[in-house]
Amino acid sequence: MTKATAPGKTITRRNFLTLTAGAVGAIGTAKLIWPFINSMNPSADVLAQSTTDVDLSPIAEGQGITVIWRGKPIFIRHRTKQEIAEAERTPMADLLDPQPDSDRVKKGKDQWLVLIGICTHLGCIPTGQAPNSNRGKYDGWYCPCHGSLYDTSGRVRRGPAPTNLVVPPYVFTDGSNIRIGVEEETTNV
Amino acid sequence: MSSKVTRISNWIDYRLPIISMMKHELNEYPTPKNLNYWWNFGSLAGIVLMVMIISGIFLAMHYDPNTKNAFDSVEHIMRDVNGGWFLRYLHMNGASMFFIVVYIHIFRGMYYGSYKYPRELLWILGVVILLLMMATAFMGYVLPWGQMSFWGATVITNLFSAFPFGDSIVEWLWGGYSVDNPTLNRFFALHYLFPFLIVGVVFLHLIALHQHGSNNPLGIDRKEPRDSIPFHPYYTVKDLFGLGIFAFIWAFFIFFAPNFFGEPDNYIEADPLVTPPHIVPEWYFLPFYAILRSIPHKVAGVLAMVGAIFVLFFLPWLDTCKVRSAKFRPIYKKLFWLFVVNCFVLGFVGAHSPDEVFYYLGGMSNQELGQITTILYFAFFIIAVPLLGMFEKTTPLPASISEPVNRGGDRRKKSRQEAAA
Ligand code: HEM
Ligand code: FES
Repeated sequence: MTKATAPGKTITRRNFLTLTAGAVGAIGTAKLIWPFINSMNPSADVLAQSTTDVDLSPIAEGQGITVIWRGKPIFIRHRTKQEIAEAERTPMADLLDPQPDSDRVKKGKDQWLVLIGICTHLGCIPTGQAPNSNRGKYDGWYCPCHGSLYDTSGRVRRGPAPTNLVVPPYVFTDGSNIRIGVEEETTNV
Repeated sequence: MSSKVTRISNWIDYRLPIISMMKHELNEYPTPKNLNYWWNFGSLAGIVLMVMIISGIFLAMHYDPNTKNAFDSVEHIMRDVNGGWFLRYLHMNGASMFFIVVYIHIFRGMYYGSYKYPRELLWILGVVILLLMMATAFMGYVLPWGQMSFWGATVITNLFSAFPFGDSIVEWLWGGYSVDNPTLNRFFALHYLFPFLIVGVVFLHLIALHQHGSNNPLGIDRKEPRDSIPFHPYYTVKDLFGLGIFAFIWAFFIFFAPNFFGEPDNYIEADPLVTPPHIVPEWYFLPFYAILRSIPHKVAGVLAMVGAIFVLFFLPWLDTCKVRSAKFRPIYKKLFWLFVVNCFVLGFVGAHSPDEVFYYLGGMSNQELGQITTILYFAFFIIAVPLLGMFEKTTPLPASISEPVNRGGDRRKKSRQEAAA
């Protein structure tokens, strides 16, 4: 091992012991703190409520419903032909967070738009689900808190929201049923 | 009898010098003799803190921090618990009183330059207390589990999503995927704890205060013995008199306008699926909320809001002027009052929806008004204060605290001497 670093300054056995004991103590303390911090993370029962099944058949064209998944509102809208066309026609250059409509729906099921109904700004719930409620200038949703606007694909068109409404992971378990909370691969259809 | 008491207190003091310490800090503590009523607000803040802790502990005996019962348990306190309405209104209005007192206390410090050498740490500890108070009040407001409680909690915790790993931080704060029972539980635990942390920091604040003593309206150091008077009885009496008036005001709100500072929406139970059309925080957060909203960029907005408080930490070094009191700083004095007005305008902006348009301001929107006042807020600290430190011409300082106070007496004495000569 190294003996002398500077003249008259040697690393003694005591220096070595102090350093290693200090390092072990610091790591041990950090490991002890972790369970306290981790105890505040979502608990097992909260994680267990991780999927929600929804039957889409009663939802008429043009109608929307709100279901709950992991304590969050999920917007499901049965879009009209016109709303789909509107979403597909919008040029990418007009979007604040560019994403084509086809990336936000399942292939061949583009009448169904499934979104986490939480404004990506600071978490309010936009209006536009109930009939006659304010859908804003882009026919999607309007956030009452700080005025963000979303279009018929749930994409943000006016800030302060920085990103589009999030599409949660979900799969079609059959023609008219979806399961929210699982990705494509993990299910056997 | 009294010699017996003295003997016992001497016996204790010899082993645990708490009595001589109290005597030293309260009785003998020399205080500038020219303190005005703006110096009452420190002791008022301490008293409000005690009342908040006591009323809070008694509320906690009846409150139930579970999302199913929280709202009902507060109504149970209001209707069924003996005197429960009084405890709750005392506590609820106490939070507003606390902020009024502390904001005045801070403005006092800014006006008289109390943050300058050698009181920088005293000032910084004060800003730490302000931050802890804000966290405490925010979490307390969530406890009644009304609509504003819930949506205020949602919006404020979501501020953390602006930072890297934000989503994991927010889920960690919530203990779930939204504000829910785990959130309410931990907020109650922390709302109970934080006031005691505040007590700890208040002690440090007082140790720092007693090291160099109080500043005073002239902002000059004490030079001669006649500049000081003992704290007791002079300022204990003055503080008690101020407390009497303050208690009247607090009582007025408790008994005649208990919901004056509150939001009616908080008497609707929290509904995670319906956001109220107009979310506003409690009045004491409005200026900061206005700063958050006036910046149309999420991260920048959050940083500006946090920065608006953190800039106070740096004030002792932003202000390089050696003269403390605004009495001798003609330009600073004017800008200070403009700053105060600007804070009120920011509060007004925070209370109104961003899309509102004010015709009496030439069609300016609330958003634009917020942007202008936000810029002015920061310009005061970052541009005006440092420039004044360099260029302001201050007026002459009196030779001592006693000089201006005793000027009349000195003049009479001089004319008497002249007459005798
Ligand atoms: C720094 C001191 C404190 C401040 C600023 C503060 C602030 C608040 C606020 C703003 C509320 C909401 C009132 C309402 O709208 O109903 C509240 C509620 C509450 N606080 Fe505190 N508090 C403080 C100390 C304490 C302490 C030490 C306790 C002890 C446990 C406590 C217990 C409670 C309880 C149980 C409630 C819920 C009942 C209610 O809403 O009235 N507080 N607090
Ligand atoms: S939370 Fe929706 S715009 Fe701010």
